[in-house]
Formats: sequence, structure tokens, C-alpha cells
Amino acid sequence: MYKYDEYDHAMVDARVAEFSDQVRRRLAGEITEDQFKPLRLMNGLYLQLHAYMLRVAVPYGTLDSRQMRMLAHIARKYDRDYGHFTTRQNIQYNWIKLEDAPAILQDLASVEMHAIQTSGNCIRNISSDQWAGAAADEITDPRPWAELLRQWSSFHPEFSYLPRKFKIAVIAANEDRAAMRLHDIGIQIVEKDGQHGAAFYVGGGMGRTPMIAPLIKDFVPLDDMLSYAEACLRVYNRYGRRDNIYKARIKILIHELGADEYRRQVEEEFVHVKSLGIDPPKAEFDRIAAQFAPPPLDASAPDAIDRSDPDFAVWVDQNVAEHKVSGHAIVNISLKPIGGIPGDASSAQIDLMADLAEKYSHDELRVTHAQNIVLPHVRKGDLYAVWQALDAAGLATPNLDLISDIIACPGLDYCSLANARSIPVAQKIATRFSDLGRQKELGELKLKISGCINACGHHHAGHIGILGVDRKGTENYQLSLGGSGAEDVSLGTITGPGFDEDGVVDAIERVTDKYLATRTEGERFVDTFRRVGMAPFKEAIYG
Amino acid sequence: MKLLTGNDLKTGFVTWWTGADWSLHIEDAADVGEAGEAILAAEEGARRVNAPYIINGEATADGPRPAHIKDRIRALGPTVRPDLTLKPADPAAGDWVI
Ligand code: HEM
Ligand code: SF4
Repeated sequence: MYKYDEYDHAMVDARVAEFSDQVRRRLAGEITEDQFKPLRLMNGLYLQLHAYMLRVAVPYGTLDSRQMRMLAHIARKYDRDYGHFTTRQNIQYNWIKLEDAPAILQDLASVEMHAIQTSGNCIRNISSDQWAGAAADEITDPRPWAELLRQWSSFHPEFSYLPRKFKIAVIAANEDRAAMRLHDIGIQIVEKDGQHGAAFYVGGGMGRTPMIAPLIKDFVPLDDMLSYAEACLRVYNRYGRRDNIYKARIKILIHELGADEYRRQVEEEFVHVKSLGIDPPKAEFDRIAAQFAPPPLDASAPDAIDRSDPDFAVWVDQNVAEHKVSGHAIVNISLKPIGGIPGDASSAQIDLMADLAEKYSHDELRVTHAQNIVLPHVRKGDLYAVWQALDAAGLATPNLDLISDIIACPGLDYCSLANARSIPVAQKIATRFSDLGRQKELGELKLKISGCINACGHHHAGHIGILGVDRKGTENYQLSLGGSGAEDVSLGTITGPGFDEDGVVDAIERVTDKYLATRTEGERFVDTFRRVGMAPFKEAIYG
Repeated sequence: MKLLTGNDLKTGFVTWWTGADWSLHIEDAADVGEAGEAILAAEEGARRVNAPYIINGEATADGPRPAHIKDRIRALGPTVRPDLTLKPADPAAGDWVI
């Protein structure tokens, strides 16, 4: 875990003091909302449907138990006893009072957390693989690079007013668990001739114009990574469309310029940037990397798992993943109980997960882009105890990557930009498919729901995606099929006319029935879709 | 009918113009007719409520209701957490929202 140094502390403390004063002046009526709004947004404070909403950054999704407990404390003391984990590995609170915001930010700062750059046209929280440092398939831990990018991008003066928001993900495995190519910059740490380097994919994104990031450079030596990122941003900052908010993201610039021309300009800029010496000296990088040293795991710990409790065995098969060190496992905690609200956790549940991390996972937790929580380093011998504790708290739903493990944005129940509600649709689908045998029969099926075209719920990247639209004042849902946010990245295709809330659940059932009748051995839903195309599914849905 | 709504400056809570003041309860909302813009201008100056705006409403037997679903959800609270709405004890509270 990265620990703040004196500069990090000073920066965050100064910001808390500054914002506290801004809140005071706003409450005293000394400044108008128009003056205050950009200031509160810089500190992660939105105004949503029912109250202020605070978005807290969880850098690359990594937390320790002390931080997790603070998240529970904030939910309990200042909110309504729960928080919402998001697809950007952050947490949002929906019922914040403006007058409490300074105290909350102070509490966060006391555990090295903040809400800076969680809004606005700046570089947002860097996201990463939730299994970083534990995954059996990674070539290295991507988080030191993510941390380096975090330090570089925090308060970066040149990139505080970009044409639009900017999202970066860093991974170091071929299996993409972070939707890397749907970010403005996706970096994959790769190996060539025994050396590690960074592959840069630039210009991906979701929203109203979804795009998959093209490969801009296949191997940037790691000593040049920051300079290369800086060059990518500079070209964007100079030429990105500030005149039209719908065309302001880097994906549009690259689409309009073409990847080759963008690359040429980046390379030209890079030559200049490199001379500025922004890449850290090796000693500084080593200092950062040392803080992500693997925990002391005992590789001789027993590998066998006692599977005599059948419910436990089902959970192990679905929610527990292989760890790079034998005798250990990665525990995925589903925040998707059948009929529950995807990504929500109560203060008590957050505290419990913190306790389990402290006791069984070397004090580490991760937030995933699928709105779940991970305990990355658990001894196999402790799995049963962990499962029992999770089960007692309603946190042991064995549905990872199944149809009920739904990503859903807050939608019209909370979000002021929404056209339709997302959560009730997720609840109805999960309830319709609640039978675990049926879910397992369907296998890996990633269902993602957004309440408007902004696509916070990743619907373009869903094997099955749902988009809420407003049809003459009533909620309507468009269905799309064949998207993926993983290494087989693709964008979904809309099936046809939309549905009402119950209609979309029925349509999904017809789609999954068609899949079961059509698939060949070993095919996931998305594989079958790719093989047979839209026509048979359309036929099944609309007759 | 026309209603005025906004979010309370201090708490962010949804509020409705009653003709003299702001209330958390949609039942208290007053039809502002053509006077909306003038009240908004005066209230912006008072700075108690954030970004107030005018919406269409309907008179019902139970009192005024916003015409659009978004403002109906604002009036009551999230449909997926009846326990957190303004009327957690009333199982029928949400019937007019959707
Ligand atoms: C409730 C308050 C929220 C507001 C006002 C909001 C606003 C937006 C907007 C305007 C966009 C489109 C940006 C663009 O296309 O340029 C967007 C995209 C996105 N948001 Fe949200 N969002 C909210 C909540 C969330 C939540 C809860 C999540 C996670 C579950 C999330 C994750 C994302 C993601 C992943 C994208 C798409 C990525 C991209 O286009 O780069 N947002 N959001
Ligand atoms: S997709 Fe739309 S409705 Fe959903 S959280 Fe984002 S902005 Fe709100």
C-alpha cells in the first residue's frame, strides 16, 4: 500500500482547509451557487436528486482496513448508513449535507483519502486490475505505475482544464479486468525481450459515442512512460474540441485525426517532453514500488480446501480465484445479492469487510469496476472462516460474472442526468434468474445497465447491455447484445425497438433461451452471439 | 399548474415553494401560476435554495404532484429504498411516483 509522504499530506490538508473556507462562505451567502459549483465539483461534491453526493477516490481501487472503516464511519455518521461502490472503483455517498462536507473531507484526509479530481475536466482516479499483486496471470504488479501516474496527474497545472474529463487505466495481465481499452488512455504493462514496457491504447470511452481505444504505441520503455503520457495529453489539450461538449473527449480527436496522425503528433511532442526530465529517477520509482512489495505469504501453506460444506463449495467455485502464490486465493465479495442494489453496502457490511481484510488478507481490499469488493490475499485454509462471516452478513452470493452480477448505475433513483431508473431493472432481472443452477447453466454473462447515454453503467460493454431512455416522459429500455469490456473488447449492437421495465426482462429471457438452444460446447453467450450474429436473437425477441 | 422546486442550500434536500417559504413536502407546494420567474429571481437573491426551477404539476385528490417522473422521484425519495423516503411508514407512499 502506498503511504502518503509529507508532500501528499500537505497538499491534501491544504485543500481541505481551502474548501472548508469556501463552504463557509457559501453557507454565509457570500458567494453564489454559480461561483461555488466549480469549487465543490473540484472536491467531488455534486448536487443530485435528493441531496449532495460525494464521490471519494479510491486510487486504483486499493484500500486498507483503516480506510475501509473510515468509509463505513462516513456512511454512518454523515450519510444514511450505506455507500455505493462505482464502476470507477470509487465510492459515492448520496445524502451528504453541505455543512458536513468539510468534516468529512477532514476525516478522509486522516486516513490518506480525498475526493479531489473525482469530477471536472481533469485526470480522474487512475483505475487498475482489482487482482493486481495477486493475479496468477500478471507479469508484474501494475499499481506502482498507477501510483506514479496518480502523483503526476494530481494537481497537474497543465491538465486541470482539459477539454473534457480524462480517465486512465493500467493493467499488467493479458486478461483485462479493468476495461482498459474503454478508457481515454489504457496502459498495459507488457514484456518484450525480457524487458517490461507500456503499451499505450488511446482514445477509448463510452458515453454517447463509444469507442475502443486503438493501439498508439506497442512498447514504451517504462523509463519514458510519464513523458509519453504527457505527450498524449498535450496533443489532446491543444487540439481537443472545446467548442462542443459532445465532441470534446480524446476519442473524438483521435477518430477525426486518425490514429496514425495522432501518433505522429504524439511522437513529435514526446521528443520535446522527454527533454524536460519528468520521468522519475530510478531511486524515486523504487521508493514507490517498495510500498507495493508483496505481503509475506507462506507458499508452503496447504493448497487443499475442505469442500465438505456444499454451500461453501459452490461459493469457492464461483467467487474464489487463483492466487500467484500457492496455498492462497483471491476472494471476490459480491455486492449483488439477488434483488439487492448493485454496488451498495451498509456501514456494517463495510466494517465487516474491513475486519476480514485485517484478519485474513494482509490488511488489503480492492474495489472492482464491476462494483464488487476483493480480498486479494487469503490463505486457502482461512477461506471457510471468511465465507461463514460473509454469509452471515449477506455478502456470500456466489454469482461472480453470472447474469445476476449486474453492473448498474444509480439511474433515475438518484441521478439528476438520468432518463430512466436502472436499479429496479437490475433487481427484476436478478430475481427472474435467481435460481443459481440456471445462472450457472448460462455461464459467464455480463449484464450492464445505464440510466442514460452517459454510460456510467458500461452498457456498451455488456454481453447484454441495457440503456434507459425517456420516451415521451415514460421510462423505456433499449437492449444491446455482444459488447465486452474485457480483452475481447467489443461494443454491443442494439436489438431494435425498446421495452418497458417488464418487457426488457422478458426480452432477456428470450435471448438467454435462444442462446441455450444455439450454443455449441464451451461457448459463452457472447461467443455464440459473435458466431451466429444478431438475426436469430432478434427473431427470438420480436418474433 | 406550475410548481417551484430546488434543493436546500445547507442539506441539499428537495424543497417546494409553498407561496411563502420552502417545504420538504410536495403536499405543501403552491401553484405559482405565472409568478414563477419573479419568485425565482427573489429567491436566488435570498440564497437559501440551490438552482430552483419551475416545473409542470397536476392537482390531485392528494395534493399537487409533479408531472414528470424525475420530479416525482425527487418529491418522495428513491423508489428502491422506501425506507429512505419521506414516508417510510406508508406502504402506499410510492403509488403515484411511477
Ligand atoms: C450520479 C452521479 C453521476 C453523474 C452526474 C455522472 C455523470 C457522467 C457523465 C456526464 C458521463 C459522460 C461523460 C462523457 O461522455 O464525456 C459519465 C460517464 C461515466 N461515468 Fe458517470 N456519473 C455519475 C455516476 C456514476 C457512477 C455511480 C458510476 C459508476 C457506477 C459512474 C461511472 C462512469 C463511467 C464508467 C462513465 C463512462 C466512461 C467514459 O465515458 O469515459 N458514474 N458520467
Ligand atoms: S449513466 Fe446517466 S443515469 Fe446513470 S449515473 Fe451516469 S449520468 Fe446518471
